[in-house]
Amino acid sequence: MRFKSCWILPLLATALSAQMAPTLKVESIPTIKATKGSAATVTVKASLPAGYHANSNKPTYSYLIPLTLKWTGGPLQTESITYPEGTTERYGFQAPTDKPLSVVTGEFSIVTKFKVPSDAASGPAAQTGTLRYQACDNHACYPPKTVPINVTVSVD
Amino acid sequence: MKSAQYFFRLVAILLAAFGAGTFVWTYVHHEAPAKAPVKAGKDRKKAPDFELKDANGKVVRLSDYRGKVVLLDFWATWCGPCNIEIPWFTEFQRKYKDRGFEVLGVSMDEDGWKTINPFVAEKQINYRIVLGNDQTGDQYGGVEALPTTFVIDRDGRIASVHVGLSGKKEFEDAIQKLLDSPATGNGA
Repeated sequence: MRFKSCWILPLLATALSAQMAPTLKVESIPTIKATKGSAATVTVKASLPAGYHANSNKPTYSYLIPLTLKWTGGPLQTESITYPEGTTERYGFQAPTDKPLSVVTGEFSIVTKFKVPSDAASGPAAQTGTLRYQACDNHACYPPKTVPINVTVSVD
Repeated sequence: MKSAQYFFRLVAILLAAFGAGTFVWTYVHHEAPAKAPVKAGKDRKKAPDFELKDANGKVVRLSDYRGKVVLLDFWATWCGPCNIEIPWFTEFQRKYKDRGFEVLGVSMDEDGWKTINPFVAEKQINYRIVLGNDQTGDQYGGVEALPTTFVIDRDGRIASVHVGLSGKKEFEDAIQKLLDSPATGNGA
């Protein structure tokens, strides 16, 4: 009986090979220690499955949806956000006259530098944000998605 | 008995490895999706009707097109592969309109007409565009990958489905085949 479950694996693999939207994975972010009046850095590490790409923060064409991290709540004040530099790639769906696309693939990181206000409340707090991306493969594109980003900040 | 167990285990492992290999190969190499042949009349399902608005706010129903061959294209301005197909569809619209053919573009842009209208003007799209929504996508089996295109016969039945970038000739062959077939009155 034990072997019966093995027979489903090839079928499952074949079914999974149909085109489906990729999921961007975001690593959980360890608690950030933030001292009032100083700076703090948060690195968001994310990854796309092999064979997929998302537009970089500075896409080649204005009609493309950029990778965008937005901090929406929490005690820290955003000073700067540094996105991964996109690699330029050509894809099978592009016309010969099209410019290569600026994309991110695989694992990438987005670094945010924060200012910790001197009047921030002491203790743990949640810093929240969203990461928006729009991914494609060689044949199709998938609707933009927004992933929540949550960081625990320990202010002292 | 024990050797039979080993045999089955070996076969199961080989099949699993084959399946996993197929999966990885498909994702890494991204071979073109299988071609979508035109289904035989008896195998065609009715294309779900919908009511969507065009840029002028006019309600457009798929059923308005009954008697025509329709190329129903789910697309978005941010979709690179869609941009490759749009000039083909513009050409088909010009070439086959007089034979009872229409392209109907269903834009899935979240921003709506403020994004779509300049794009339509820039690309000189000569066919009707309506603004789609998730409900419409769900009616058509959960359209997620764009472009997804349905070629619909004169009876309002889906003759072929194309997910992702397809070939121009593949579309044109399907259109010509359907244009050469009169309506049968078999549409539900």
